[in-house]
Amino acid sequence: MAGETKLNRGAKEPVERWLSAAVADAERRGLADLKPLLEGLAQATIALRRADWNDGVPAGSPAADLGGNTGGGR
Amino acid sequence: MRSTDARSITALAPRLASREVTSSDVTETCLARIAEGNGRLNAFITVLADEARAAAKRADAEIAAGRYRGPLHGVPISLKDLIDLAGAPTTAASRVLAGRMAAADAAVTARLRDAGAVFLGKCNLHEFAFGTTSEDSAFGPVRNPVDPARSAGGSSGGSAAAVVAEMGFASVGTDTGGSIRIPAAVCGCVGLKPGYGELPCDGIVPLSRSLDHVGPIARSAADAWLLYRVMAGDPNPPPLSDRAESGSPLRLGVLKPYFMDVLEAGVHAAFAAELDRLAAAGVSFAERSVRHASHTATVYLHLQLPEASAYHAPMLEAHPELYTVPVRQRLELGRYVLAEDYVRARRGADVLRGEVDAALDGVDALVLPTVPITAQPIGSASLTVSGQTLPVRALMLRLTQLFDITGHPAISLPCGASDGLPVGLQLVGRRGGTRQLLAAAATIEAVGSPAARVTM
Repeated sequence: MAGETKLNRGAKEPVERWLSAAVADAERRGLADLKPLLEGLAQATIALRRADWNDGVPAGSPAADLGGNTGGGR
Repeated sequence: MRSTDARSITALAPRLASREVTSSDVTETCLARIAEGNGRLNAFITVLADEARAAAKRADAEIAAGRYRGPLHGVPISLKDLIDLAGAPTTAASRVLAGRMAAADAAVTARLRDAGAVFLGKCNLHEFAFGTTSEDSAFGPVRNPVDPARSAGGSSGGSAAAVVAEMGFASVGTDTGGSIRIPAAVCGCVGLKPGYGELPCDGIVPLSRSLDHVGPIARSAADAWLLYRVMAGDPNPPPLSDRAESGSPLRLGVLKPYFMDVLEAGVHAAFAAELDRLAAAGVSFAERSVRHASHTATVYLHLQLPEASAYHAPMLEAHPELYTVPVRQRLELGRYVLAEDYVRARRGADVLRGEVDAALDGVDALVLPTVPITAQPIGSASLTVSGQTLPVRALMLRLTQLFDITGHPAISLPCGASDGLPVGLQLVGRRGGTRQLLAAAATIEAVGSPAARVTM
């Protein structure tokens, strides 16, 4: 996908955690039929977070080895 | 359809002004078309026959008394049924709003009323404008006038069906991801989404406030211009000026590659043939691209879903059972979008806006198909196109939603047919350049292919 950089490839795990919580919440609310829609939204969210316009971890900071976006590439 | 089409407002207005025909007569003809065809097409939710007759009679009296208001005076039109018309129901095609009567006109309705337009009724749509097929409606699906077994597109499906079936001279729709242009394309008429914020959305049930646009569905660019200008606050606009007066030939930017990657073969052929016709008429072309175009749907989802859910939250809590299931599901989905992702999508919208601005450098407008597919049989959920199996909803939105995100004006024009089904050509203009876009559209209409004709 255009604009994806190695700096934002860490998007997947947080979204998977969000998805698990969202599916559980939907089931609790009697909306189990939302699961496939939430899974589709999760894929879109991963793509959104990987876009190169996003801010990330400033270079040289303690979390820099996590692969943050320094805010470039806009 | 040409601006000289005898069924156009441009042709009708001088005849009304000169009293060669009366508003009462043309209104009666439209009401007869509705009575004859609405059972088959389901284009109207509410028909205001008595009110329309009374308004037409008033228009005739005013014109006879020398008080001609302008080119919409006495012209029968319709409104999508999420636009308020004082004293009439606004249902948004949902049981959620059953019994709701509009206390006042929407801002655009008031301006059309002041210009002398005659309101025939309120048109069917996809429930709360949240869909692209006009099938999920509390009043049943809208059917395509070209083939009633097929969808009329959406969400302003009833409006486009009404215009093509001659149940009025024009209609007013709304467009959040393509809801004016998509039904115009698949039914075979003209649909204009003006630039974001040009026309007021007060008195219109919102879908997504940062993406919502209101605009005309008509039979020609010249007619769309008249409604656009009246809704912008000019009750007596001049005719659309001819772009040829500028003296320079039209130059269009053909958007590639994302925009041409997923297209039905018949749509691709009709679009290519139209470009050939335009080239033969002196139009020149340049290739253009939008670097982040593949992020369009991603950005759109993270803006549109939570904005829609925010508006609907109280009704979802109180009466979830009153929504159609697909619309309720998508509204619930929006409640799970995180604020941080909404912010990321806002940034993405800024990036895309700048890229579309850049793509317009050196050309008068961008050109692309309006919809990658033709009207689908009612009930279709997915379709395989260019080797990819995708939801019909995603396919319908694929080429239009970008310009709701960026706010650029865009118009769909008839562009021939594929297997007898209408195909739309989309032009995109500069922000603040809706007049120039319409002038370019009129130039293309003059040399391009005619719309599909409907025999009822």
